[in-house]
Amino acid sequence: MAGGANQADAPGAWGPRRIWQRLSSKDHQTTGFLILATLLLVIFPLSMGAFRLNLLGKYLTYAFVALGLVVCWGHAGILSLGQGVFFGLGGYCMAMFLKLEASDPISTKIQSTPGIPDFMDWNQITQLPHVWVPFKSLLFTLVAVPLLPGLLALIIGTAMFKRRVGGVYFAIITQAIAAILSILIIGQQGYTGGVNGITDLKTLHGWDIRTDRAHMILYMVNVCLLLGTIVVSRRMLASKLGRLLLALRDKEERVRFSGYDVANLKTFAFVYAAVLSAIGGAMFTLQVGFMSPSFVGIVPSIEMVICAAVGGRSSLMGAVYGTLLVNFGKTFFSERFPELWLFLIGALFILVVMVFPDGVAGIRLDKIGGYWTWLRGRLGLGGAKDAPPGSSPPPVIGAVDSSALSAGSGGGVVGGPSTILPSVSVASERSAASRMKL
Amino acid sequence: MNADGRYVLTVEGLTVSFDGFKAVDDLNLYVEKGEVRAVIGPNGAGKTTVLDLISGRTKASAGEVKFKGHELTSLREHEIVRLGVGRKFQTPSVYESLTVAENLEMSYPKGRGVFGAWMFQRTSEVRNKVEETAEVIHLKERLRDEAGLLSHGEKQWLEIGMLLIQDPELMMLDEPVAGMSVNEREMTAELINRISKGRALLVVEHDMEFVKRIAHLVTVLHQGKWLAEGKMETVQVDPKVIEVYLGH
Repeated sequence: MAGGANQADAPGAWGPRRIWQRLSSKDHQTTGFLILATLLLVIFPLSMGAFRLNLLGKYLTYAFVALGLVVCWGHAGILSLGQGVFFGLGGYCMAMFLKLEASDPISTKIQSTPGIPDFMDWNQITQLPHVWVPFKSLLFTLVAVPLLPGLLALIIGTAMFKRRVGGVYFAIITQAIAAILSILIIGQQGYTGGVNGITDLKTLHGWDIRTDRAHMILYMVNVCLLLGTIVVSRRMLASKLGRLLLALRDKEERVRFSGYDVANLKTFAFVYAAVLSAIGGAMFTLQVGFMSPSFVGIVPSIEMVICAAVGGRSSLMGAVYGTLLVNFGKTFFSERFPELWLFLIGALFILVVMVFPDGVAGIRLDKIGGYWTWLRGRLGLGGAKDAPPGSSPPPVIGAVDSSALSAGSGGGVVGGPSTILPSVSVASERSAASRMKL
Repeated sequence: MNADGRYVLTVEGLTVSFDGFKAVDDLNLYVEKGEVRAVIGPNGAGKTTVLDLISGRTKASAGEVKFKGHELTSLREHEIVRLGVGRKFQTPSVYESLTVAENLEMSYPKGRGVFGAWMFQRTSEVRNKVEETAEVIHLKERLRDEAGLLSHGEKQWLEIGMLLIQDPELMMLDEPVAGMSVNEREMTAELINRISKGRALLVVEHDMEFVKRIAHLVTVLHQGKWLAEGKMETVQVDPKVIEVYLGH
């Protein structure tokens, strides 16, 4: 029996794989998490100056987007090229609150309409627009930061996934939405601050966010949120829900025909990613002190996908390292060779896709015997290759199966019309035998 | 017709056309509880399309499909599955990177919503059901193995197991023995006879010897149309059927 022989082979043939599985088990992941936490909470704050640390904090806000992409793209297989939309919306929500606080009547008394943001005054707006009014409340803002982008993602996701829009088409649509939103923000200067964005943010509920001390505290808050996000995401991905997301990436039909509403699952992954991006955006505004449409459009959205890809698109921890690597690379190279940076990041993306499809997280995996798994995946070979010969044909031969009857009716001609059906079965037994030789 | 009491599945006047080509044309089909029905026919007869129509994968142009009194043609796939219609695909469709046990667990009919799945716990009830199912499909020894490592035939069984764990009242199997060895075919026939208790099975299959072993009744399709129906012995000597299989 095929099963028995296969089983005897399994432990030997899959030794390295088993070792990897043990290493990547919970303990190993926890070690990785602790290393990351130590780096971000202790080593970097102690070894970096205030400026660099603030820069690091800024990059770590992109890591939220990358984490979202790990869930949405890496696990559920939904490539969004418009994560900047959600990052931007989260950031703008926070910026609106901060801007209103910075625009008190006393500090804006030279304006023709004191008490409204300066850019509105420049654009001959004399009254605070209705959409801005609720953002006077910190509580509303804190709720709106995840909720508004989440709601938008829910609408987009439901509209697309219920209609079975997916793959490249979904990616293009998200990209279009990113373009639309950035054009809208730039065009509505009086309401949004236009291309300059919302600048001159000063205090959060009376607390000056521009000092080194405030930067340090915000950095720590950011890191804690990020680590918390990793923990929650890891739990989610380890649950049945996480396995379902992976399953629908590889076998969508099977998931659907097991009684799951695939559209809902996909929408969830997309909304989850959107909410994470929005939290990142809000933290960005707080730490960097402004928000502008240059973080909303197509280019930043694609850069965030590259960050996730470099880190290893299905690895949560990898996403953080990938983001840091790409962004410090960007800072380093764009200072020295500003005109070369775009080519460089393009080349980096191609390199990652071609050579390291599992990104930074994958390189380590290759060394620890996971290479075989990777190669197997790349070559598209299933387990059938390892089954002993004769137990079953490789999947490719499946195409032959569907024509078994036509092959059989050929046999029927030989057998004569009166015995047609029984002879078909003989023929298909024969064809089964010939398939086994294949 | 007294459809609701006797039949689990009634298909009446089912038609689907793709750009004017009628892949299934005015088909009637009645399947009783506890019955194993085989659907046979030459290539392009519309067998798989019939399964697609019943399972909601393809929308019917006309006609109705009633399952336990529910009209299926207007429902979406997962709703049909939740009513109790399971479907196995032609090529084995299992989650290759998950273990056999996880594959079965994923198909266990609890935690089907987003948050239900997040909070889903592997209770002893689930574990027992998984083991019980694995036993039936001859994969008890392989519960911890990755599904990608299974042989082609074992994957077919696993997929049957994934339906079985949902305890559907109607199971539709598309070529369950394709690519199986003689021995595996034998075991699958036994398996089908065993699981047909208390539910209806609709099987599309090319292997006539196999059909003969499992089917109570056989429906022959030709170019999307109902051609003949009856016991295998009757059908296989029917001149119309012979002509269709031979051509001119």
